[in-house]
Amino acid sequence: MPDPSNAIHVEEVPAERPWSRVLKRGQTLRIVDIEGQQAVDALLYCLDVPGERYSAQDTLRTQGSAYLGLGTKLVSNRGRVMAAITADTCGQHDTSAGCCSCESNAVRFGEQTKYQHACRENFILELSKHGLGKRDIVPNLNFFMNVPIDPSGNFTVVDGLPGSGHYVDLTAEMDVLCVLSNCPQVNNPCNGFNPTPVRVLLWDPLSAR
Amino acid sequence: MQVGQRFRAILAKDEILEQGMVDIAEVNRRRYEALRAAGQDAAPRTLPLATALDGAPVADAAVIAREEVPFGWYTTVPLRRGEAVRIVDKSGRSSVSVIGWREADTSERLNCADTAKVQWSAALSKGRVILTDMGRVFLSLVEDTSGAHDLLVGGSTPEGGSTRNTRDNFLAAASKLGLGLRDIAPCVTFFAPVSVDSGGRFVWNGHAKRAGDFVDLRAEMDLVLVLSNCAHPLDPARPAAGGPLTVVRHRAPPAAQDDACRTMSPEIARAFDFTDRLYA
Repeated sequence: MPDPSNAIHVEEVPAERPWSRVLKRGQTLRIVDIEGQQAVDALLYCLDVPGERYSAQDTLRTQGSAYLGLGTKLVSNRGRVMAAITADTCGQHDTSAGCCSCESNAVRFGEQTKYQHACRENFILELSKHGLGKRDIVPNLNFFMNVPIDPSGNFTVVDGLPGSGHYVDLTAEMDVLCVLSNCPQVNNPCNGFNPTPVRVLLWDPLSAR
Repeated sequence: MQVGQRFRAILAKDEILEQGMVDIAEVNRRRYEALRAAGQDAAPRTLPLATALDGAPVADAAVIAREEVPFGWYTTVPLRRGEAVRIVDKSGRSSVSVIGWREADTSERLNCADTAKVQWSAALSKGRVILTDMGRVFLSLVEDTSGAHDLLVGGSTPEGGSTRNTRDNFLAAASKLGLGLRDIAPCVTFFAPVSVDSGGRFVWNGHAKRAGDFVDLRAEMDLVLVLSNCAHPLDPARPAAGGPLTVVRHRAPPAAQDDACRTMSPEIARAFDFTDRLYA
């Protein structure tokens, strides 16, 4: 269990803002939902060849089930393990619902919601720092977001977990660029209708601590 | 009250804050409830019944092109708005994984996540649509005998030793269009009866596959599709499963105002409106 006192980097990601950092193989990133009910959208890219990136379908096919949790291997579009979920106080995270965008908000909630900040705006701005763009955005990881799928196919974004301090740890199994969007969505329950800050902590590999 | 009037009655967040209400969550929750009430005034239509196996013949005069795709192979299908493709699983043993791009801007593409999220369902069937990432309708399922398709698991891969597989097929097809790995998003797979059980595990419902099952996908914009004819990765018969596909490109009028797909829900009606604006 990583100890917060020996993290090499600690940072608060303000509500509605993006964040990115390279995770070296063996490093562990913790994302903490400080106040509760806050979804965090995440993408991973192979540092050497960014065309290789996180793939929701390859991840789900490999584990044979529809939700992410402790032990899930996050798999690339080349079938390689990019990272693993090595701690999780939450139990169930989505990777099938994608990120919010101005355009999908307009379809879902009415055209007047087109002019609200959205995760895809965050991803585009953050990816632009690394030479990547909209073309590189794929359906992402949605930490702390619960989207149950029932046997008939019904697919619903439900309330995020209440309670402060839930966290999830990702341990990189290759050098990856990790891009986060602290989700600004206010039109459905994924953020409790009130986007709040999250905290990230980074640890070196166990052997280096 | 008309929907538009109701929307105008919802105060902007800043206006309410100026009036002294500081509970942002409460303001947003009230807006969500108002939007949901507006959206649900017109309850989602009952979806049409599945097409019969011997139903909906394509008139010879409407056929533009016809192709047989051997098991394990792929084909690239350009479609104009006003055209459709019929995909027939003759043997009942194939699955067809599909990706695609808008011709005028290939960064706009078939998007499985928005397709499920906007329709509140991961189950595709006749009357449903497939969306792009830009809030527009890419394809409409205007005919469908099967109703057993997969948005979640994706296509087959080289792992397990299959020489011909969907991952490699997509890469080859994309490359021949000047596109590459960056342009290959998650796919939809037709004739792939996958469901999710109460424990979250994927289940293969093989009994739902029949010889001759077909879908008609109507293009709502000018686009390019790639179809990969491989066994689905959850199909216990893979990689031996499979047979040839029949692919028929044909003329199909664009969605009328009373079209069954267009009127499926308020969300989808908006997605059609936004798509129509490309051609207004």
